[in-house]
Amino acid sequence: MTGAPARALAVAARLRELGILVALGLVVLAVTLLSPSFLHLDNLGQVLLSVSLVAIAAAGQTIVVLTRNVDLSVGSMVGLVAFVTGDLLKQHALGVPEAVLAGCVLGLGLGAVNGAIVTIGRVPAIVATLGTLNVYRGLDFFVAGGKEVSAYDLPRAYLGIATSAVAGIPVLIVAAAVIAAAVAFVLRSTRPGRALYAIGSNPAAADAVGIPSQRLVFAAFAASGLLCGVAGVLWGSRFGTVNAFAASGLELEVIAAVVVGGVNIFGGSGTVFGAMLGALLLGTIDNALTLLRLSQFWLQAIDGVVILLAVGADATIRGSLQRALRARSGRR
Amino acid sequence: MTGPALLELRGISKRFAGVRALREVDLDLAEGAVHALVGENGAGKSTLVKILAGVHHPDEGEIRLAGAPLVLAGPAAARDRGIAVMHQQPNLFPDLDVAENVFAGRLPIARFGRVDWRRARSAAAGLLARLGVSLDVAAPVRGLSVADQQLVEVAKALSLDARVLVMDEPTAALSGREVDRLFATVRQLREHGVAVLFVNHRLEEVFALADRVTVLRDGRHVITAPIAELTPAETIRHMVGRQLDSLYPKQDARPGEPALEVAGLTRAGVFRDVSFTVRRGEIVALAGLVGAGRTEVARALFGIDRADAGEVRVGGRPVHAASPGDAMRAGLAYVPEDRHDQGLVLDFSIAANVSLPVLARLSRLLGVVDRGGERALAGGYAERLQIRATGVDQPAAGLSGGNQQKVVIAKWLATRPAVLILDEPTRGIDIGAKAEVHRIVSGLAAEGMAILLISSELPEVLGMADRVIVLHEGRVAASLTREEATQEEIMTAATGQRGA
Repeated sequence: MTGAPARALAVAARLRELGILVALGLVVLAVTLLSPSFLHLDNLGQVLLSVSLVAIAAAGQTIVVLTRNVDLSVGSMVGLVAFVTGDLLKQHALGVPEAVLAGCVLGLGLGAVNGAIVTIGRVPAIVATLGTLNVYRGLDFFVAGGKEVSAYDLPRAYLGIATSAVAGIPVLIVAAAVIAAAVAFVLRSTRPGRALYAIGSNPAAADAVGIPSQRLVFAAFAASGLLCGVAGVLWGSRFGTVNAFAASGLELEVIAAVVVGGVNIFGGSGTVFGAMLGALLLGTIDNALTLLRLSQFWLQAIDGVVILLAVGADATIRGSLQRALRARSGRR
Repeated sequence: MTGPALLELRGISKRFAGVRALREVDLDLAEGAVHALVGENGAGKSTLVKILAGVHHPDEGEIRLAGAPLVLAGPAAARDRGIAVMHQQPNLFPDLDVAENVFAGRLPIARFGRVDWRRARSAAAGLLARLGVSLDVAAPVRGLSVADQQLVEVAKALSLDARVLVMDEPTAALSGREVDRLFATVRQLREHGVAVLFVNHRLEEVFALADRVTVLRDGRHVITAPIAELTPAETIRHMVGRQLDSLYPKQDARPGEPALEVAGLTRAGVFRDVSFTVRRGEIVALAGLVGAGRTEVARALFGIDRADAGEVRVGGRPVHAASPGDAMRAGLAYVPEDRHDQGLVLDFSIAANVSLPVLARLSRLLGVVDRGGERALAGGYAERLQIRATGVDQPAAGLSGGNQQKVVIAKWLATRPAVLILDEPTRGIDIGAKAEVHRIVSGLAAEGMAILLISSELPEVLGMADRVIVLHEGRVAASLTREEATQEEIMTAATGQRGA
């Protein structure tokens, strides 16, 4: 009896991802017409390489946002991990595998601190992670002390991680794809993953069915930290030069990708696939503007318009469906 | 006809911030029996349900399940012991689909910890089929009607193989056909030996379904009896049997011309064809059980919610209140039920609270508020209403409940309304402050203000009101004069026992 509108809502959620794909197609088409060099394999590779780092962090951010939280500290975590990893290698303190592992563990630890502040300290996530955004960046400055790590200081094995290829595809892109697939599996097909959706959809009901909300929210922040650790290690490898400013402002790109990708900022709905598409759309637009020699000012303004369009479309679709449903139940 | 006691409650007491919600209540639930729990608003039914759900913990008393003492650490503990609770409002996950809601937190797992969606969906579909419902198990719950969501809750309880099923007013949002379907399911569960606790306001449903009935009043156990030994009229007497006291000093008023006229007011699915008139100097009470639509009518009158049909006149002029601002300009004032959430800004001083709705009147050039005028205004009302505080600069948070309520009333009096709507004005305030609020309200009516009083306390309604409008499920079930109104008459109409 109420199956039809319910189905419509489900379809609308799918359409959301389809919509981004269509937008992506239109952008690609437009840029190709204006600047044929866009489609060159080199350029497409560059787009995917830069999107990959954002995408890895965005996969972690998706986990957090689904639980009705947000992690603003991702840029600082990526930057701190990138510098510390590079510095360990520069000092020859650790070998490459050990340093990579150390970077990931550092990210996990930073994320766990976020999770502890939010769950044990009961500080709202937006405030807690705004705090750690600054604290982690401050630590980065403290450790760096005005110095930087350059490609000359780093072993070739480390620099090669990002640029080497598996079956012709750069490791960075493969890593992003594998991580996205793994996170998608956990979110879609495991009990803890479904519990994350439940917490974001109705926290009180989640408690009522005995879902350990606090533990899972903690885990979500820890996972975001771990993925930022991975992104930080790859960041150093890709760019070679790391200073204390590395990855500043990355949090905004990451959150933009998640939101444009249709993950509800109030939790409970959205997919990693959507967030990946969001990252890809924003990355493509960035690249296109560079090719078209538009200024960075336009870049930010257009990113902003894309976010507003995406979120506005969500609100409109949801609103009209809710009204339709209320009208229906009124007639009962 | 009933089996042995499966769940026993002995001497359960619970207090909240000094208010005794339950006092030494005993209750036995037998296997294969439906036990109805009835009582007026505030009798303690919901508190008892929440204790069984593991949400609240009793201060005193003991719960035994199949003879063994039971301590419910939380909702999960209750669930694990086979106690399923359906709350009044479905508590589901709107973003997730029906199957996932049925098995939330307990999704079936296949190899590698992977959720077995196929099994979850077919099991959910099977449960819904048992209920005789055709719902798309893959559709998100957000799109379902409240009735369908309630059925998802039943399916959830079924999936738990519950031995005890607690249903807190499960039929509140269901249509007649849906109620029949639910009852058929409950009878089926009874056949399978489930102990059902059925909390309900609708006596005809209680008498149609229950084997035994327990009446609570003011947190105390009044009577437990097999349903065959009671009549609806006797049950109502047990529910209300309370002495009237002389707390309610209603002054005689000579009602003047109509101040508020409501004709055919309707909000789809909430209330229907509500008509009444309140004259100048008259106190009209809007009585009814929780969920009958009293507050909803007030909200529509005050422009918070929109009515779908009907006419409202204030002082003879038609009013189309699309917002509280419109309603205020038309001469309406509304003191809401929840003074913390909707009535007061706790961090503000008394003066700032009182002046809030009339800031425009108190503003000078460029909207700068005249602080002196504000304090004078608040001071006048503080004196008149005898608000006990160190001064009008004292923050509202530090006041007692009764004095907070007086500040809210002062705030709305400052708008100089023709019609004052009071929603549960004495809930949660002590008895002395209650009497003062009654004196104030009565005085306002004597001055010619028209007052619409929403109250769940029958003695208050009977003591204060010149006339009583009783709502039952969103419709006017009775309109009683002061002489006609008795506790029994009101409860009879409010529980739907009177064909109005």
